[in-house]
Amino acid sequence: MSSHVEYVLRFGDSALVLAQQLSGLVAHSPIMEEDVAIANVSLDLFGQARLWLGYAGELEGAGRDEDRLAFHRDASEFRNVLLVERPNGDFASTTVRGYFYDLWSYLALGNLTQSLDRRIAAIAEKSRKETAYHLRRSEDWLVRLGDGTEESHARAQRAASELWPYTGELFMGDDVDVEMARQGIGFDPERVREPWLERARLALATATLDVPGDSWMQHGGKQGVHTEALGYLLAEMQVLPRSIPEAVW
Amino acid sequence: MYTQMSDGIDGQPNASDERERAFERRLERGVKIEPPDWMPEPYRKTLVRQISQHAHSEIVGMLPEGNWITRAPSLQRKVILLAKVQDEAGHGLYLYSAAETLGTPRDDMIAALHAGKAKYSSIFNYATLTWADVGAIGWLVDGAAIINQIPLTRCSYGPYARGMVRICKEESFHQRQGFDIMWKLAHGTPAQHAMAQDALDRWWWPAVMMFGPPDAESTHNRQSLKWKIKIFTNDELRQKFIDQTVPQAERLGLKIPDEQLRWNERTQHYEFGPIDWEEFYRVIRGDGPCNKDRLQARIDAWEEGAWVREAAAAYARKQAERGAVA
Repeated sequence: MSSHVEYVLRFGDSALVLAQQLSGLVAHSPIMEEDVAIANVSLDLFGQARLWLGYAGELEGAGRDEDRLAFHRDASEFRNVLLVERPNGDFASTTVRGYFYDLWSYLALGNLTQSLDRRIAAIAEKSRKETAYHLRRSEDWLVRLGDGTEESHARAQRAASELWPYTGELFMGDDVDVEMARQGIGFDPERVREPWLERARLALATATLDVPGDSWMQHGGKQGVHTEALGYLLAEMQVLPRSIPEAVW
Repeated sequence: MYTQMSDGIDGQPNASDERERAFERRLERGVKIEPPDWMPEPYRKTLVRQISQHAHSEIVGMLPEGNWITRAPSLQRKVILLAKVQDEAGHGLYLYSAAETLGTPRDDMIAALHAGKAKYSSIFNYATLTWADVGAIGWLVDGAAIINQIPLTRCSYGPYARGMVRICKEESFHQRQGFDIMWKLAHGTPAQHAMAQDALDRWWWPAVMMFGPPDAESTHNRQSLKWKIKIFTNDELRQKFIDQTVPQAERLGLKIPDEQLRWNERTQHYEFGPIDWEEFYRVIRGDGPCNKDRLQARIDAWEEGAWVREAAAAYARKQAERGAVA
């Protein structure tokens, strides 16, 4: 698979996996208004995923459309970052995972709007507007939970510590990133590390939460080496189209 | 999604009261009753009960379909279903707001639901076992809901009537998406067609029961009709639903599970077989396939979310204090 296709799939798969996770929470929120909000974020992310996957399929030129890519690939063929496949957990975990992702996504998409690949630039432009709103919401909740009650503070702190080791991958480049940056299609992920850390530290401080200490950073998702959680997520998501592969739905 | 208008008139109005007569004159002239207006207590209570039941139905109704969001078979189907379930949350919110204009806070209504004191539409106590059930719910359950709800856009209480205008528009999209799912399945592979027929077999009679007990047994019909909370009787609405739906099933190439179903040229209506009212009352009493699971899911969401609501309230309090100091 070309670096170009790989690269587009990474953004599409991350959006898709997070959208799928959030979609399972709808109808079970702590506040009914949050059901509406979570559904909105999930819908936006599915929308982004469809644009990325549709484009990846076109670039690949092997006749795979968004559904073929979403429902007929195994876990090892997915290119999402590990962060988004961490389980929903409680509302604090969902919020912190969302915040870490939204902040990265917002910064990454900002870089992609400068892509020489005009299709990528256009998808990034549209997605960044949506992501700005997701980020505002997840940051708001992060602060409310951190600076809320003793219990919410403890839950938010635990979530931040548990998810921190999955943030490093967001900034780790590999050959695909280098190649895409060289061609002006992508960017060096290292470029978003400092802006991400700066804003995340500030938000955590506002939320009265400690910034987790340095730790080993888990990675591999972008290359197709995932956590155990992804297999279950895909089993659920893909069961129907795989059970009647020739069907149109 | 839908309210089942089978329930509840509290007491009888005192017709000797002058305000009561003025109220009735307004109803006769078709003037809407608005939140600040005087209204008889039984009218208020009946409305709170009906609107909150309707709101609960929207919220509980998110569960059976929500069950299939993560397994929807294409990304397009998934986003449509997700948007539909999101609409239902929105409907629940408007309806709780409409009921709150009558002086009952949302949390009280939710507490009544969780305590098993408030009802919601019994149809959601049936299970969604296959993807076709999502189609059948949209086509039949939302189809029945629209027939029930369009007259409510003309009901006498202003906030409810206006809320229903928007809800009905969205419901008509829901109904079409359901029919579209059924169409694809009915014209798909043999396995898909069988899935569609199986869903129709299981959902037909519960959908027919959604209009509530027959007029002869419905003691509340008369007062609600007089108050213009209700415009048509249960049986009238049921007949309308059957007349509208049978030709749709024929177009789908699916068979409605009623051997006695036939067109009556003289009445220009379909005749249909006996309804199993035993089942209807059994499910209302709590012995449907999913009564306990549905209510428990709502209670779990509420209880497990308590710390989140407390956190938001605590943060707001702190912010207010900080504002006062600064």
